[in-house]
Amino acid sequence: MDTYSILREIADSWVLLLMFVFFLGVVFWAFRPGSRRAHDESANLIFRNEKRPAKGGGFEEAKK
Amino acid sequence: MWDYVKIILLGLIALFAAIAANYARDLAYMVHAIIIFLVAGGLFIWSVRDTWESRPAPEVNDEGYMDGVVRYGVIATTFWGVVGFLVGTVIAFQLAFPELNFQLLSDGVGNFGRLRPLHTSAVIFAFGGNALIATSFYVVQRTSAARLFGGNLAWFVFWGYNLFIILAATGYVLGSTQSKEYAEPEWYVDWWLTVVWVAYLIVFLGTIMTRKEKHIYVANWFYLSFIVTIAMLHVVNNLSIPVSMFGSKSVQVFSGVQDAMTQWWYGHNAVGFFLTAGFLGMMYYFVPKQAERPVYSYKLSIIHFWALIFLYIWAGPHHLHYTALPDWASTLGMVFSIVLWMPSWGGMINGLMTLSGAWDKLRTDPIIRMMVVSIGFYGMSTFEGPMMSIRAVNSLSHYTDWTIGHVHSGALGWNGMITFGALYFLTPRLWNRERLYSMSAINWHFWLATIGIVLYASSMWASGIMEGLMWREVDANGFLVHAFADTVDAKFPMYVVRALGGVMYLAGGLIMAWNLWMTVRKGEAKTPVSAAVAAE
Repeated sequence: MDTYSILREIADSWVLLLMFVFFLGVVFWAFRPGSRRAHDESANLIFRNEKRPAKGGGFEEAKK
Repeated sequence: MWDYVKIILLGLIALFAAIAANYARDLAYMVHAIIIFLVAGGLFIWSVRDTWESRPAPEVNDEGYMDGVVRYGVIATTFWGVVGFLVGTVIAFQLAFPELNFQLLSDGVGNFGRLRPLHTSAVIFAFGGNALIATSFYVVQRTSAARLFGGNLAWFVFWGYNLFIILAATGYVLGSTQSKEYAEPEWYVDWWLTVVWVAYLIVFLGTIMTRKEKHIYVANWFYLSFIVTIAMLHVVNNLSIPVSMFGSKSVQVFSGVQDAMTQWWYGHNAVGFFLTAGFLGMMYYFVPKQAERPVYSYKLSIIHFWALIFLYIWAGPHHLHYTALPDWASTLGMVFSIVLWMPSWGGMINGLMTLSGAWDKLRTDPIIRMMVVSIGFYGMSTFEGPMMSIRAVNSLSHYTDWTIGHVHSGALGWNGMITFGALYFLTPRLWNRERLYSMSAINWHFWLATIGIVLYASSMWASGIMEGLMWREVDANGFLVHAFADTVDAKFPMYVVRALGGVMYLAGGLIMAWNLWMTVRKGEAKTPVSAAVAAE
């Protein structure tokens, strides 16, 4: 088979399935039980650190 | 060490540019070589004078956010916006009154054919691009709680991008083009943009990677997808081989239908990732900030992002219905365009519903009103687009003014209005002003722009559908009823109305430029708050 046909075959079978499953995974991840608190937290992060960068805290804190 | 490398590099570039100007095979290339010579030579002299000068160490303020480059971006966005609207209004009048293609200007300079790419690039890349770079730098710092990564690299991105715009604009007027819509600049300008874009990616991604917040806010996802995808599209669509090192002409690597498909894969995703994803990044930050409420549904914004990313990239073939493109490919493009309607409206609902419980702000806050109208136009044009991508509808609409109307309801309505909202939001904050200079000027701007868009879109609908119907009308014997010139004649009144819409939109832009200028010059400085305000 020529390259085009091989690539085409891979693209419209496994790659298509993979991308679709990934997308469904994203949807499930967004709606997973108990995600509301994390999402509320994320949605509100624009209201802090308006004037200057955070000193430590935040991500650094969370990593500990 | 870096100082020496910089001086050597600048010297070599200036030298090569001088040689290139001497050997130039065409006028556009020569002018570009002279521009590059002047820029590199000027920087060379400046660096030499600067480097061995003993001077007190500059006061480095690594503490705060890097807002100087955002300020320059706001100025550049305003300036290029007015220029782009002005050129657009001029070419609208040229279409209505062809005598305005002045013969006095020799060699086609100032003709519609050369001014049209100047207009499209000025509004999309100069106005829109500067707005995206400036707002992305502002937003990524605030939402990452970190200073821009890479120090002066952000300045390189700003000045390098604007040099790209100067090269592109002068090239069009002097007749240098590779004839790919929205990708007209020739090979060396493309190479330069690639360098600048990689630097942009480093600054943006570096800031995200050094962030102090745990989560990457959704606006940054949209901005990042815009930067990455534009890099990919730009490189693939501009694969071309220069004819000479000293000339602007190049030859495309792809040919025929492959070239056409690559071009519209690029062209539609320039709409999808430059004018949609990037500006959605603006929407997801500035609308919640101005409304002082978090985004309606963060879950929806995640799904909006991934659905848009997965779908948009396939929609390009709808630009090539009824061409040599295989049927399956154009059907694929059509289907994906229609599916795309859903995430687009999901995003629109998410933006609009952010105001739920605060709708009263529409009465009092003209900036919120601008943003809401912008989201409304986003919804309208993302419904119109999928509809026009259907093959049967496209057979009527394609090649007519309907397409132009569709593009402008998206560009003037969605991109323009959300950018105006962001500029009004940013200016008082960046220059530390209490408020904008004139509230009534914002209202004038809002109404002039909105009525201008309505005139533009409605006249182009009428003109486009009339054109499509006239082109396909056949008599009882199967002969076409109308000559092409008949449609041109019949469109005259609509062309005048469209140009008047453009005048109103331009007037609104001028009022905004004046208002922002006065805010910076005359606005009262914000009084520092002594007592720390407790966070909610």
